[in-house]
Amino acid sequence: MILGVASGKGGTGKTTVSLNLARVLGSDVRLLDCDVEEPNCHLFLKGVARENETVAIPVPEVDESLCDGCGECGRFCEYHAIVSFGTRPLVFPEMCHGCGGCAKGCPKNAIHEVNKRIGIVETVQAGNITLIQGRMDVGVAMAPPLIRAVKARLQNGLPAILDAPPGTSCPLIATLRGTDFVLLVTEPTPFGLHDLKLAVDMVRELGMPFGVVVNRVGIGDDRVHVFCKQEGIPILLEIPEDRRIAEAYSKGGLIVEALPEYRGLFRSLIEKTMNLKNAEGF
Amino acid sequence: MKSFASKERSIQVKVAFTTSGNDLNAPLDSRFGRAAKFLVYNLDTNAFTVIDNQQNLNASQGAGIQSAETVARSGAKAIVTGHCGPKAFRVLSAAGIKVYTTDAATVEEALERFRTGKLAMAPSGDVEAHWA
Repeated sequence: MILGVASGKGGTGKTTVSLNLARVLGSDVRLLDCDVEEPNCHLFLKGVARENETVAIPVPEVDESLCDGCGECGRFCEYHAIVSFGTRPLVFPEMCHGCGGCAKGCPKNAIHEVNKRIGIVETVQAGNITLIQGRMDVGVAMAPPLIRAVKARLQNGLPAILDAPPGTSCPLIATLRGTDFVLLVTEPTPFGLHDLKLAVDMVRELGMPFGVVVNRVGIGDDRVHVFCKQEGIPILLEIPEDRRIAEAYSKGGLIVEALPEYRGLFRSLIEKTMNLKNAEGF
Repeated sequence: MKSFASKERSIQVKVAFTTSGNDLNAPLDSRFGRAAKFLVYNLDTNAFTVIDNQQNLNASQGAGIQSAETVARSGAKAIVTGHCGPKAFRVLSAAGIKVYTTDAATVEEALERFRTGKLAMAPSGDVEAHWA
């Protein structure tokens, strides 16, 4: 099973849930840190770096001696990564999604593609967890191609947990596409609820089965619970507000290692998720 | 493109202003890429048209580039705005459009400053790309 751990709001506990789930699973599991703008799973795992690979996307380069300034490239590009005013085209590599359409559509074959590095994929072995994380280069704005490169390291049949970036935009969609089940992590606060609603709309749009994890139960109010009940969304795990969890986190520790009494809670999350996923017929 | 060429021949000089309104009394929008509208003023005839730029208000990326393309298509040879980012500036330069920045409150005030030569041409974009 491939499990996506997402949230609308940042800082609700996606990484905490992902890491602890991966650890209590016990058997070999891949943990993919898809928050390539700020990967942080490695802070909680002591392991051996296995490999680093650079990731690049193809961006256009114009041969000005062949270009007649027809502007076809600029009309094609939805992202304005190449712009032409009847003169030589201007290229904005940082806007380019690497689709190659400008090169294919150029009547004069004046455009060829060159690789532009966007970041690296690192692999770390930490016990039963194979951590694969993307790390985007400073100044790069295009996360989805790097997220896809991270996900290319998934292996058929091997269970995987995908720690998603916050938000509900392209990087999150790129992460969740192809996962079997989505956990939405939230906190019982007005901000948590507001962004949970956005995230619920998003996974419903994608047509994916999902459930909710409420972190820091005891703070805020009961509106997240009321919302989930009204919408028929299963709450699969409630992590109580517990100062010891924050203390373990601040030292780079996992809950299930620092506080063994929580192991059962995370194991039950795996069971509930598996049951729901099987009920969905996946 | 034909009409563009004929306008070129009549040597009309058009200046674009970023604005949130529909006339000369409207506020000058200090943003270029995410300006709601462009007021394109013809210095020969004293007539103006307003071009909508709403589609760019919510663009996640590339708003400046797209706005610069819109201004270029309008036939304007100069743009008066509050601030201009680096990518928009590159496109505007390539299209031969001069960029003037000002803190004028209204389009009319900015136009007056432009007419009386009180505005200096910006040598480059004066603000960072928004995600940098």
